[in-house]
Amino acid sequence: MSLIDSLLAYLRGDEKKTAAVAKERLQIILAHERAGRGADAPDYLPALQEELLQVIAKYIHIDRDMIKVQLEKHGDYEVLELNVTLPERPRA
Amino acid sequence: MAKVIVVTSGKGGVGKTTTSASFSSGLALRGNRTVVIDFDVGLRNLDLIMGCERRVVFDIVNVIHGEAALSRALIKDKHCDNLFVLPASQTRDKEALTLDGVQRIIDELKESFDYIVCDSPAGIEHGAYSAMYFADEALVVTNPEVSSVRDSDRILGILAAKSRRAVEGREPVKEHLLVTRYNPTRVAAGEMLSVDDIQEILRIPLLGVIPESEAVLQASNAGTPAIHLEKSDVAEAYKDVVARFMGEDVPMRFVTAEKVGLFKRLFGGR
Repeated sequence: MSLIDSLLAYLRGDEKKTAAVAKERLQIILAHERAGRGADAPDYLPALQEELLQVIAKYIHIDRDMIKVQLEKHGDYEVLELNVTLPERPRA
Repeated sequence: MAKVIVVTSGKGGVGKTTTSASFSSGLALRGNRTVVIDFDVGLRNLDLIMGCERRVVFDIVNVIHGEAALSRALIKDKHCDNLFVLPASQTRDKEALTLDGVQRIIDELKESFDYIVCDSPAGIEHGAYSAMYFADEALVVTNPEVSSVRDSDRILGILAAKSRRAVEGREPVKEHLLVTRYNPTRVAAGEMLSVDDIQEILRIPLLGVIPESEAVLQASNAGTPAIHLEKSDVAEAYKDVVARFMGEDVPMRFVTAEKVGLFKRLFGGR
């Protein structure tokens, strides 16, 4: 990036500070690592994931690894996150 | 009732031993009978930081093996009357620290001390495990840096799952966050995670912030715990940490950047 480019980026205010990047990266990786930890992950999660998979498979053809169930804590409340990656539709 | 406090972090080089030395000295300066134990078998360094390396005769492994009485292995600190150091062994391997053996030592120390500070080695192996197993409280030392924050989170998970309090289903280990090597100027510039960021990520109460300082190296050079360095910000910060630990309400210092005057900005200088 040339000096003028970085000056423009600075004036536009769209250059992200590295501390903010660090925080964001940590929040994502730690949410992931905590979910995999015994104490935090409730034991019904695998069963829930399995049943959801069966329901979705009735309607759409998906693979086992294309569905992710995750429980995250945000302060006082918990968020149950369900992530289904749909297969790419072959182009006609 | 004596309290067992582990100083831990997961990552190496963040200031565990510096903190163990200054924190235990601070407790002793306030009249508490205090002992600090080095759990880093094979890589002992607390003795150097405390300046008692030439007085080490027996170590923790000698005591566990019954080769020396505990009272003969304890070294009296040269700066504080109420402080003793139990050094790690430099030659044995880490497996020599059996939980049984460590428990016997801690039980015996509980009879004559108010605070037992355990300086954990880095990592999550046997040495770190035996340092934290018996803890009532934990000082989690963290640098404002991604790998240190992640490792601290890992250690918090281990404390919550594998400490004796967790295993026995008792009240969990009380956790304290200690942010070290903090540089408020870089935080203000957006180049360093702020103490609020770290606290938001780790979600444990903040015990204190130790500023990045040249005084720490000077202290270790001399074998004097940093808390004894008169007029240094590090010494003041550690005294605040001890006061807060003892339940006093002390405002946070050294967390905001000093304003740099125009003259200084133009002509440099630190």
